[in-house]
Amino acid sequence: MKRNRNKTIATYVFLVIMSIVFAFPFYFLIVSATNSSIDVTNGRMLPGGELFNNLKNIFSQTAMTSALKNSAVVALFQTILALLIGSAAGYGFEIYRSKGKDIVFNIILLSMMVPFAAIMIPLFRLFGKMSSISPMIGINSYASIFLPYIATAFLIFYFRQNTKMFPKELLEAGRIDGVSEVGLFFKIYMPTMKTTYAAAAIITFMNSWNNYIWPLVVVQSTEKQTVPLLISQLGSSYSPDYGMIMAAVLVATIPTLVIFFVLQKQFVAGMLGANK
Amino acid sequence: MKKINPFLKSKIMGWLFVIVPTLLIALFYFYPMVEAFKLSLSSGKGNNLSFVGLANYKRLFSDPVFINALKNTLLFLIVQVPVMVILAIFFSVLLNNKALKLKGLFRTIVFLPSVTSLVAYSIVFKYLFSNDGIINKILLSLNILQEPMAWLSDAFWAKIVIIIAITWRWTGYNMIFFLSALQNIDPEIYEAADVDGASAGKKFFNITVPLLKPVILFTTITSTIGTLQLFDEPMNITQGGPGDATTTISQYIYNLSFKYTPDFGYAAAVSYAIVALVVILSILQTRLGGRDEKKSK
Repeated sequence: MKRNRNKTIATYVFLVIMSIVFAFPFYFLIVSATNSSIDVTNGRMLPGGELFNNLKNIFSQTAMTSALKNSAVVALFQTILALLIGSAAGYGFEIYRSKGKDIVFNIILLSMMVPFAAIMIPLFRLFGKMSSISPMIGINSYASIFLPYIATAFLIFYFRQNTKMFPKELLEAGRIDGVSEVGLFFKIYMPTMKTTYAAAAIITFMNSWNNYIWPLVVVQSTEKQTVPLLISQLGSSYSPDYGMIMAAVLVATIPTLVIFFVLQKQFVAGMLGANK
Repeated sequence: MKKINPFLKSKIMGWLFVIVPTLLIALFYFYPMVEAFKLSLSSGKGNNLSFVGLANYKRLFSDPVFINALKNTLLFLIVQVPVMVILAIFFSVLLNNKALKLKGLFRTIVFLPSVTSLVAYSIVFKYLFSNDGIINKILLSLNILQEPMAWLSDAFWAKIVIIIAITWRWTGYNMIFFLSALQNIDPEIYEAADVDGASAGKKFFNITVPLLKPVILFTTITSTIGTLQLFDEPMNITQGGPGDATTTISQYIYNLSFKYTPDFGYAAAVSYAIVALVVILSILQTRLGGRDEKKSK
């Protein structure tokens, strides 16, 4: 009995220490965002009264306002298009299953193995060519930031897996009622699969909001900068205003934190979707 | 009006749903892969490219920057992935204990880093470990250090900081997969083991680990692919420095294409090195995982 109790105490001690270690960067981030640059450099570890000042500085001295807008626009388009395309494909591959489609599906899955760095240069050249068709889809356009991510093997796979659990009798009932094949997808499948869509939306939004390497390549003007590009630039400045930079990092992190805390269940479901 | 054969109609409808996604995947993944291979066989500045055959691939073997970037990437892989996977399993087993109080809170704290953007957390770590940063201040006040440590300008410690940072960011993410797998294990298996008088260690190694094998394989492969593409962290924590001490392959590809005078052909050859590594390591890990599975049966 005593040995068991000692073990329990050891577990708690370990977990508390690990929790402090894991939570510390967040604490440092929040505290630094509320202090002046000098206080941060002096190692002040208590909340200060500079948060509003720091926030005022980010929005007046940096392109944060447009960065937030750009990130939001890109994330919105990316999420809507990726969900529409991913779910249509997942639905098609599962509901209208055939040998030919299964082969295509397996080839699509191979694209998950493609490292982004390997296709970055050809993609950049592709969007360079698209610039001559229309600046709307060329380098430095909103579209160029999200287009490479609107069809992903991950979402197609995710929707196909979830479609396996979709009650197919609903489709038969719809057909008897004279609903068209396309209508079945939009009017019956989509509303039934709301939670599947919610989880996919969260993951896609987060990926878009946090994406760095491709926007770094394809965005070429400050007006089109997304939030990660802006904070990366602030972080590498030679005379950093620590308080302001940490407030900027906090502003960049808050949307994803809010989504996580509000939609925890769908969030985890979306993550695990890859492993079902 | 002639009625369309319902079988044919259903066939056409099916392709209608999948054709656009398939074409987009081809355009944004497979076409660039082919293009990258074609590029890797040519050389020149910017868009003035000429065919050079396998010269770029030969150059890889005598390019000290590439060899160094490859070594760094493999080092991150070999040290960080096992540490993180073991830590994630350990956390998941501890936090799967139903009798544990506050387990929800502990889980959330360990998972929370995976919600942050890679750039955002990288900047936080950069300042945590800077010369006048808080880590130095804490270690000085505890008398563990006598003078501030130059974490990010020391070739060895800069690598350690990157490894610590990635482990912080991804352990909770991987833990979720293990927790979900543990919750699917039938508790009766453990009860039976208790009846047989098995120790906690025996239960862990003889029941839990074999049952978690598919998830171990999954997290190891995804972490391997992720680490091979490591970019955001070295870019924002150390800028690849000091010197090239933390430069990764992805970063070298970026530098070759967009930082130095663009040499797209050679950069494409370097990128095929990552493709080769991803394919080789995935096959290797699947083989190893598969063989172990047979053995335990």
